[in-house]
Order: sequence, then C-alpha cells, then structure tokens
Amino acid sequence: MKPNELPDYPTLLARLVGAVREHILPRSPQPPLLIGIQTGGLWVAADLAHKLGLDAAIGRLDIGFYRDDYQHAGLAPALLPSALPWPIDDRQLLLVDDVLNTGRTVRAALNEIFDFGRPAAIALAVLISRDGRELPIQADAVGLQITLPAHTTVKLRGPAPLHLDYQVARQTRNCEHG
Amino acid sequence: MAKPPPLRHLITLADLSAEQIIDLLDTAESLRATALRPVNKLPLLRGRTVVNLFFEPSTRTRTSFELAAKRLSADVINFDVAHSSTSKGETLLDTLRNLEAMRCDLFVVRHQQNGTPAYLAEHAAPGVVIVNAGDGNHAHPTQGLLDMFTIRRHKADFSQLTITIVGDILHSRVARSDIHALRALGVGELRIAGPASLLPEDAAELGCRIYHRIEDALANSDVIIMLRLQKERMQHGLIASDQDYARCWGLDRQRLQLARADAIVMHPGPINRGVEISDEVADGAQSVILQQVSNGIAVRMAVMAKLLGQV
Repeated sequence: MKPNELPDYPTLLARLVGAVREHILPRSPQPPLLIGIQTGGLWVAADLAHKLGLDAAIGRLDIGFYRDDYQHAGLAPALLPSALPWPIDDRQLLLVDDVLNTGRTVRAALNEIFDFGRPAAIALAVLISRDGRELPIQADAVGLQITLPAHTTVKLRGPAPLHLDYQVARQTRNCEHG
Repeated sequence: MAKPPPLRHLITLADLSAEQIIDLLDTAESLRATALRPVNKLPLLRGRTVVNLFFEPSTRTRTSFELAAKRLSADVINFDVAHSSTSKGETLLDTLRNLEAMRCDLFVVRHQQNGTPAYLAEHAAPGVVIVNAGDGNHAHPTQGLLDMFTIRRHKADFSQLTITIVGDILHSRVARSDIHALRALGVGELRIAGPASLLPEDAAELGCRIYHRIEDALANSDVIIMLRLQKERMQHGLIASDQDYARCWGLDRQRLQLARADAIVMHPGPINRGVEISDEVADGAQSVILQQVSNGIAVRMAVMAKLLGQV
C-alpha cells in the first residue's frame, strides 16, 4: 500500500471500534477502562470511548519518565503528568495508542501502569500496527496492519481535524520511540 | 517544543533563561504527580549514585535531596564531612577525585564559602554533575526554583505580580536565587525590605525596589517571602535584638492585612518563630511554607533527572 492510499482517520477509527467490539469487549463482562498514551493515543481513546458508549473518565499516560533511551536522549521537554483517575487494581484496562512501531512505547507504558497498581488484564488497541517491532509486543485490536517502506514514519496529528501524517525521513536510522 | 540548551551543572540561577527555568518547573510538575502513586519511585536514575557533600550542617535540604534522588531510584551516599578525611586535611579536590574514582555521578554540594560548587564543577570529570545546595551568601538555586514552582502553583502570571522579600537579604543566598529567577521570569514588581545593615549594596542593580518600612513594602503584595534571620552568619551588632527585629520587621497578622487578601506567605525555613514571622501567620491559611517543603522534592527530582540525562 502506498502512503497516499492509507485510509483516512474516520475509516481507521471505525475499523478499530469493530475490532475492539469483536476481540476485546467479549473478554470480560466488566467494560474496560481506557488509557490513552500521550498525545495521539489520547485522541484515539476519546473517540473510541465515545463510539463504544463508555462513559468512564479516560486515563492519560505520558511515558517520558519510563523511556529506555533516557541515558542517551535525556528527558523530553514538556512532559505532562500521567493521570489514571481511578484505582486500577483488578480492573480490565485497554491501552490505546495511534501507531504501534518498535513496541518500546508500549513497554514503557506497561511499566508505568504497574506503578499504579495491579490490573486484572491489559489489552492493547492501536489505530495502525506497522512493521518495525523491536520487542515481543502485539496489539489485540488494530484499525490497520501495514508494512511501510524503509525510512518512513506515520503519525496521527490533531487535535482538529485528526489526520494521518505520513513522512519519508532522512536516510538516517530512525530512533523514534514507537 | 524545542529543547532549551542543556545545563551541565546547576550552580546559580543568574545565567538561566526563562525558557530553561520553565522547562525545569514543567518537569517538576509532572514529577510531583508521581509522589501520590502506590509506587512513588521512577526508574530514571537506576544504577546512578548521588553524593550529598555537605560542608555545612543541614537537615531539611539534605533530606529533600536524598528523598528526591531515592524517588528517582538512585543510590545515595551522605558524605559526612565532619567525620571525613576533609577534617584531617584532605583537599576539596582530593575528596572529589576519590568519590569520582568510586564512580559517583552527581554531587550535591553545600559549603559555607561562596564559589565552592563552581570550583568543583570546573574540575569535575566528564559526565560528573555538580548541584549547588547553597554556598555562602551566593546562591541556593534549587530553593529559588522551588519558590518559583510554589508561586506558579498559586499565581498565574509573573508579570502581574508584586513580590516582596523581607529580612536579612545580605546574608541570604535564597534571596539572591529568588531575585535572579524572578527577574528571568519577568516579575511585575520586585521589592526588598529590611534593616539597612542587612541590605546588599547591589540591590538596585538586581532590579529591586528598596523599602525601609515593612508596612510600605507589604502594601498590595501578592507574594511575601520572609527570610530567616541568619544569626550564625551575622557579625555582632548588625541588629539590636530579636525582639527589636520582630517589632520592626516581623510579619504578624496585622501587617499581613496590608498585602492583597489572596497573598501567599513563604519562608525557606527553618523558621525563627516570633522573630521574623509570628505563629499565627506561619500556621495561617495564607502560609504555603509546608507546600514549599513538599515541592522541594519534585523540583530537586527535576534538576537531577534533567542534568543526568544530558551527560
């Protein structure tokens, strides 16, 4: 698939909603609590909650303090406080991000979540699951599974309107924390 | 947002830009929220060693740095100078070299002499970070930052604020760091007030309006920073007596009413109750003194995480 053939955001969101209904909601009678990863994941989580009719507040994670490249890259500026506005012990959690790439962001998010308590289960929903995994992490619900050409990035931009931003990076190693 | 230029050490706030200060305060704001979690530790400084190198007695600042380092998962050594080889004649640099040889990463330095942390920073090995925890009457940058952090949590816009610092400005490294940070952040009006014998000669150069009566200084203030009377640094005869000082320069409930109704009262501690501040003000609704203490941990975590992330 060429970048300009990527489905638009509303299409991907509708597919993700379907995938969550099919693969995640049946797992437990208790509806999941949604956690969005700053920033793109938070937008997707808000839209997911709306479409699924989940009215609990949405948790926010800024994984800046848990990144594995702190020793090389230091702290990112403008970190926002993570906030999970409910106790997570014994709850079903649905972690939401825009793009799953290396898996390192999700690894950081999982570590951070466990500093808030011990959930019953965590599932992962992403708008786009692309190639490039560096850790054994997979999503439970995806809007689109895709292999992109080398040196390309795809990211959700917003807040209004939300749209996918596809870029061909310079020919250097992509160190993005996907 | 672009990254502000990296800081190698933290010695003074005099050369920090508003951008650098705000970046540290924003980071501290995020770190503050982590203190309330079931696990209040972050993994950032795992495997790093922080040394508290205090050549002057201190309980709260040392404890605050120790807690901050531990909440970032660092190992912490409190190097007790009174019982170390420094008291046997080892030079300052030998002490530093020995601790560097044991692979310590960050030194929190307090010293009675101005310039000691800067001197150590000049000679520190590559990758080793020095944080000034107070030197003489020169600077106390983390106290300055935690004061800015506390003010910012209560007041929106520094350019609209009248901030008054009262007391022993001459001996106060806290006042100096506060003044530098407030100037950088573009404070609306900055006032200092105190006995003539305890005002620095360069007060006007620092951009402060000088007041010789506390009542005049307090009028319409948004923030009041009371300083500790530093008897241990004081030559004999600079003030007549504690009672005399309290009468002329102490903040009591009556005087506090001259400030804005929503003014906050700050003090770097430890308090001389009944001297520079009365019990009813120190413990009153407008006092944010204990918030300063709590905020100090988040701010020191931010400083250590920023500095060690850049070497």
